[in-house]
Amino acid sequence: MIPGVDGFIYPNEVELQWGLLIVLYPYITGLVAGAFILASLERVFKVQAVRPTYRLALLTALAFLLVAPLPLQLHLGHPERSLEMYFTPHRSSAMAMFGFVYLWYLMVVLLLEIWLEYRADIVHLARTTAGWRRLVYKLLTLGSENVSPEARQIDDKMSYVVTVIGIPSAFLLHGYVGFIFGSIKANPWWSTPLMPIVFLFSAMVSGIAAVLVLYMAFMKVEKMPIDMSCLDTIAKYLFYTFVIDFSLEMLDLLHRTYEADESFHSLDFMVHTRLWGSQVILQICVGTLLPLAILAANQLWRFSELRRKAMYLVASLLTMVGIFAMRWNVVIGGQLFSKSFLGYTTYKVEFAAREGLLSAIGLMALPFIIVVVLVKLLPPWAEGKASEV
Amino acid sequence: MDLSRRDLFKIGGKLLVLASAGATLEEIIGAAPPSQAYRMADHWWGMIIDIDKCIGCGNCVRACSQENHVPAGYFRTWVERYQVEEGKQPQVDSPNGAMDGFPPSKREDLKSFFVPKLCNQCASSPCVQVCPVGATFVSPDGVVLVDETYCLGCRYCIQACPYGCRYLHPEKHTVDKCTLCYHRITKGLTTACCESCPTGARQLVDFKNPKDPVHEFLRNNKVEVLKPYMATQAKVYYKDLDGAVR
Repeated sequence: MIPGVDGFIYPNEVELQWGLLIVLYPYITGLVAGAFILASLERVFKVQAVRPTYRLALLTALAFLLVAPLPLQLHLGHPERSLEMYFTPHRSSAMAMFGFVYLWYLMVVLLLEIWLEYRADIVHLARTTAGWRRLVYKLLTLGSENVSPEARQIDDKMSYVVTVIGIPSAFLLHGYVGFIFGSIKANPWWSTPLMPIVFLFSAMVSGIAAVLVLYMAFMKVEKMPIDMSCLDTIAKYLFYTFVIDFSLEMLDLLHRTYEADESFHSLDFMVHTRLWGSQVILQICVGTLLPLAILAANQLWRFSELRRKAMYLVASLLTMVGIFAMRWNVVIGGQLFSKSFLGYTTYKVEFAAREGLLSAIGLMALPFIIVVVLVKLLPPWAEGKASEV
Repeated sequence: MDLSRRDLFKIGGKLLVLASAGATLEEIIGAAPPSQAYRMADHWWGMIIDIDKCIGCGNCVRACSQENHVPAGYFRTWVERYQVEEGKQPQVDSPNGAMDGFPPSKREDLKSFFVPKLCNQCASSPCVQVCPVGATFVSPDGVVLVDETYCLGCRYCIQACPYGCRYLHPEKHTVDKCTLCYHRITKGLTTACCESCPTGARQLVDFKNPKDPVHEFLRNNKVEVLKPYMATQAKVYYKDLDGAVR
């Protein structure tokens, strides 16, 4: 008997191939896509109420996007060869497109949109600061210092176009991550055409929740008042997207149960044993039903401001935990059962290894550090100053 | 002989062009190529396995391990023992991949048989499809290989293989798998597993060779590949494969 193995598994299946870091990969890219889509609500769909979080959402998306390739890089057996994906991509591979989708999203969408949005502020800061900060802002202007109303109007139009391109790009970024899993026919836990859609909606859910939490945290730190109508609107959108996301996931579950194909018995047993804690308890009950109930209560009844803030914060944090659990259950769950459907293996997270818990904590902390730096560099709440230039 | 600088460049240029086109020295100097040279286009390799002949001795697993320096705990080939009771899930075991054979069965009233497994050398291979850099590929003679100088170690191919035939080499950090003893078969030898099988349960076959016994075997027997619904065009054919086999 091999420790951690129940029943029969193919002998090469004892070792799990994709661990905690590969759980982080869809989680982080999901936060990027979700934060960007929240930003686009204001820009394209003219939801003015979320304006206070527009810039923060963009910076959040950028911070997470910068970290997104790191877990993959740490995971590779030969990280020094990773650039081969750019130089000699294998066209039939879903994974080979990651580099291109990533670069497109970073360079064409996010950096461009942030620059256009902040251009006037950067010019203003380059004129009003001194020393090395002045130099940094001077560089960030990219030599474009015309902030006349006409020039600003062009910025605005360009930015609108970039966001319009950005929405399908955000869909592409995360839908594509879902496709990496959904297109593996050998794995019935992953192989479903719903996977990209489920990934997309769960991305929106987690990204919206993350921006809500960051907005509340920054307001607290900066001792600025929270715009309650903004918070209410974000919570409302969080609720809507979460309902769609949960419905899709339940549709998947219902479909599997009703069809009950040859993999069903094995997967059903796995959900009731090895995944019971992380899927049924953490993902569905604590991470989905509870925050949904809190958000739904706010749609039905009017609570005091203080209560609403607390409820939104708790719901958002639970949501982020729930979506993390969902990524875990997809990535790890998909490797716990044998492709013989006759047995199961176990996954134990190592602590200080390259793909261990410490690396994961570091990788998860990094985007929050980056977001703090970005907020210092490009203050999201200084919009008033720009118009004074 | 008096060679001008122009002549020297001409000859040098010709040699360079020919050499870069993959020409051998014999071809460049005009000599005939050796008649026994291995031509990939002339072969299409696979294997036939006669389940009733397998006695579960594990010779093939040991031979493969030695021949290919397979790291302990990983398997390019292994043997499974199925014990099937009517109306129940089959009981399957493969202790250490059957490296040391099998312990005696506890029950004698069950349908029991051995199933040798290896890479199915799929012609439409899902592992090849997903490799992000094309480090794993089907060779022109039909063998799925991994270029270990190119593999990133992302392990997407391991996820995509329906049969559990791939693993990450613990020292090389690249993906490793059965090569159908490519270093042997291209020299006219058979694979280590086939050579060591005492009952002839496994046989290397060449589908492009009209005289290969595989054609008669396929004509006269009921054969099946593993997981045919995966539509991978597997080239390892099993004779009398039981429906219980996964």
